[in-house]
Amino acid sequence: MCGIVGLFLKDKSLEPELGNMLTSMLITMTDRGPDSAGIAIYGNETKGSSKMTVQSDAPELEFAGLESALSDALGGKVSMEVISTHAVLSIPAGSFEKARAALSEIRPNVRVMSRGDTLEIYKEVGLPKDVAEQFNVTSMTGTHGIGHTRMATESAITTMGAHPFNTGDDQCLVHNGSLSNHNSLRRKLRREGIHIETENDTEVGAAYLTWKMREGATLGEALESSLNDLDGFFTFLVGTKDGFGVVRDPIACKPAVMAETDQYVAFGSEYRALVNLPGIEEARVWEPEPATVYFWSHNVAPNSAEKAA
Amino acid sequence: MQTVDLQEMGLRGVNAALHAQSDDTNQTAWTIENAKGAHAIACGLDAPIEVTVKGSTGYYCAGMNQQATVNIHGSAGPGTGENIMSGKIVIEGDASQYLGATGHGGMIVVKGNASSRCGISMKGVNIVVQGNIGHMSAFMGQSGNLVVCGDAGDALGDSCYEARFFVRGSVKSLGADCVKKEMREEHLTLLQGLLDEAGIDADPKDFTRYGSARNLYNFDVDNAAAY
Amino acid sequence: MKTHDAKGIPHTSPRQSATFTQDINSDIRRAAATGIYDIRGGGAKRKVPSFDDLLFMGASISRYPLEGYREKCETNVTIGGLNASNPIELDIPVTIAGMSFGALSGPAKEALGRGASMAGTSTTTGDGGMTPEERGHSDKLVYQYLPSRYGMNPNDLRKADAIEIVVGQGAKPGGGGMLLGQKISDRVAHMRNLPKGIDQRSACRHPDWTGPDDLEIKILELREITGWKVPIYVKVAGARPYYDVTLAVKAGADAVVLDGMQGGTAATQDVFIEHVGQPTLAIIRPAVQALQDLGMHRKVQLILSGGIRSGADVAKAMALGADAVAIGTAALIALGDNDPKWEAEYNALGTTAGAYDDWHEGQDPAGITTQDSELMKRFDPIEGGRRLRNYLKVMTLEAQTIARACGKNHLHNLEPEDLVALTMEAAAMAKVPLCGTDWYPGKPGTGY
Repeated sequence: MCGIVGLFLKDKSLEPELGNMLTSMLITMTDRGPDSAGIAIYGNETKGSSKMTVQSDAPELEFAGLESALSDALGGKVSMEVISTHAVLSIPAGSFEKARAALSEIRPNVRVMSRGDTLEIYKEVGLPKDVAEQFNVTSMTGTHGIGHTRMATESAITTMGAHPFNTGDDQCLVHNGSLSNHNSLRRKLRREGIHIETENDTEVGAAYLTWKMREGATLGEALESSLNDLDGFFTFLVGTKDGFGVVRDPIACKPAVMAETDQYVAFGSEYRALVNLPGIEEARVWEPEPATVYFWSHNVAPNSAEKAA
Repeated sequence: MQTVDLQEMGLRGVNAALHAQSDDTNQTAWTIENAKGAHAIACGLDAPIEVTVKGSTGYYCAGMNQQATVNIHGSAGPGTGENIMSGKIVIEGDASQYLGATGHGGMIVVKGNASSRCGISMKGVNIVVQGNIGHMSAFMGQSGNLVVCGDAGDALGDSCYEARFFVRGSVKSLGADCVKKEMREEHLTLLQGLLDEAGIDADPKDFTRYGSARNLYNFDVDNAAAY
Repeated sequence: MKTHDAKGIPHTSPRQSATFTQDINSDIRRAAATGIYDIRGGGAKRKVPSFDDLLFMGASISRYPLEGYREKCETNVTIGGLNASNPIELDIPVTIAGMSFGALSGPAKEALGRGASMAGTSTTTGDGGMTPEERGHSDKLVYQYLPSRYGMNPNDLRKADAIEIVVGQGAKPGGGGMLLGQKISDRVAHMRNLPKGIDQRSACRHPDWTGPDDLEIKILELREITGWKVPIYVKVAGARPYYDVTLAVKAGADAVVLDGMQGGTAATQDVFIEHVGQPTLAIIRPAVQALQDLGMHRKVQLILSGGIRSGADVAKAMALGADAVAIGTAALIALGDNDPKWEAEYNALGTTAGAYDDWHEGQDPAGITTQDSELMKRFDPIEGGRRLRNYLKVMTLEAQTIARACGKNHLHNLEPEDLVALTMEAAAMAKVPLCGTDWYPGKPGTGY
């Protein structure tokens, strides 16, 4: 049970403001989710390298010397930027699986938050305001981003239970609702070899998409089939390298509001989250239909009516 | 005209001021500025006053309204006008889900579209929507009238009782036990009255009436799948 | 019955199945004849671990008991002081649970109000709204805010001393309601905005919110409408008590009402009553744990219901961490429901005194759960009120007797450590030691 925000920028001049705008949206959703908060931000890309965001409860100890240890293990250049309990590692492109394996050897307590060319995920237990401050989210720049505030229902309030959940290269998912068949689905996905860290229902939703796409589905197809295979109530916001998508279960009880202007497409669990966006008074504001996949992408002309590819 | 700023005065301050108005108040016109999507604005009113909310509202604006007229100059959040007893709510923009849920009386007018579950479990309220309405609207509707000048979504009037639905456009699907019904003279008169009261110009003859087939009123094993 | 066949070979004696019992077979025949599940009231009737499986240890030398009649043992409780400017102050920690007008007659609701008020406690409305009988005769009246919103109106809301948002009932966690056509009298139909004589269905979810994040906003709205004066309770069924209590508190409840599977004057499917939910004994410790983990135990009050019958049950519930209890079925019996003096009429309905549970059908010979004007005349609300008052007083005296024996000057000073369990099941559920041991199943550090 939670609050979700998302912002997809069409106007490049707003990119330096992305973190600032998302932070304000996220804090507005504190009442819906005071337990933990997280943000996925799609920032700059460096040719030939990818990003791996990692987290540690003892960052001073565990991040010390990590870049050189990982460089040695991967046989390529690794650089690191530490932000509080998180660190963004820049690793040679295509070396993620090797890097995760090496990391579990050399720093078994360091957890992977995300992987991808542009995606970075920051999440911690605490109020959205404090989490945003901890990672200085307001200063972050990027093309699009997703934020989440969590009111835990049945699974533990931990860093790993916070959203967004990384589902594959540059993919992430946040959720408002409660899945009712996640235990049996988790067993099935684990048998299929999908890595699932927590007992959290949302992580199962994320892992489900990863599995479907591993089996050859596009993200759009994976979201379509989630409508059949996931039982319960959900509003999902899914991020990819190029954009983000929205889908609600067929009952569609959990709230969702979208706004679109020439400058951006924005998502909020409540309209309140959107009120400080520029030009919101003139924006087209609507609620996504149940059991319908929406997608916005930088690769094609943005169009709210467009279904996922 | 009393003008109050919600951000300055706070929700409690604004609602307390509105609740302090009685039947013979002479402060009959109020404007609330800076709504910014806040919840529970102007809920529980019970006086013949007119309140204009500037901006979009959050959940439950004008909830349980009695006597008052509440104008929302923006879009309205979930559960707006829930359990309205009397008076009038006019929404200039769109309305979110659960509009007028369980409303017992009065009128709600939406100039834009209304989302899902519009008029859910309605118990006497009249709702007039100039645009479209979403799925599961008027679920278990008991009485009152839902008028839709645009289209209706899936499962209109599912498990309804005596509520009436008038739709000018298409209906994506009808819910269990909801059927198309004949538009008789009395219905044209009723509908004309509702459109007039809502201030919407439309011809009652262009509408189709829907309502309960009354097959679920008493249990019948052959209808078990509809329960 | 023949014991041998024609050749003189003995028959084996007829053997009834433990699986296909006479009861089960009658259920199957009834289903085959009607095509609809059985609907009834009365809560779970199967045997489940209960407060009967717990005992108080009492005091002797290591602890000193209090002298009855001389040394005080207080029983008062305040409910809803966290956010409400007018919390509910009760003389005794036994309240009357929500039972609908519609299910109960007007005079029966009046008697509940009279009895509870004389005993210094509260009553609760139910599905179908507030009646003048009930409001007029109840000093403290809790107004239930239910998914159906039948009879819901802001005037009554503002007359209430507390508001109870009903999310679930012990008889049917996750289920809605059903009042059959024959009970929908003119008055009930009018209060519920329904045509007369139809089966009336109640929704399982609230029509305008889903989940704790929305509930928080709903609570805000109700507080705004009532000027932050009265407490907001949230009632949940004993399904997933740790999570549900946690989320009710996070959403802003001033008190949580937790209803076990033995609870339920509510009519619902027999299969629901007997197979969904957890026994009252099993739900209290997780609920108290949730409050303790949030630092809210005794700040947000816990009201336990579901099969509470005696002062011993009250004392045990409080020892395990409840602040108060609520009674429904027991109150109806105190009023005169299921009294053997109506045995002939119960027999005519195909049942017997003590087993009558078709309260929803409106044929109650005792005139309590009916809308039939002739049957209603059999019930005197003044006498009924007195009987309820007496019963509440006895429950209180019984609880005090136990508390004094444990050396407590207030019921809320009873603790889990005052209890032992007679059975392994009760020991595990209540987390108190099995009699004669210092162990219960699952006790940390014991390897089980």
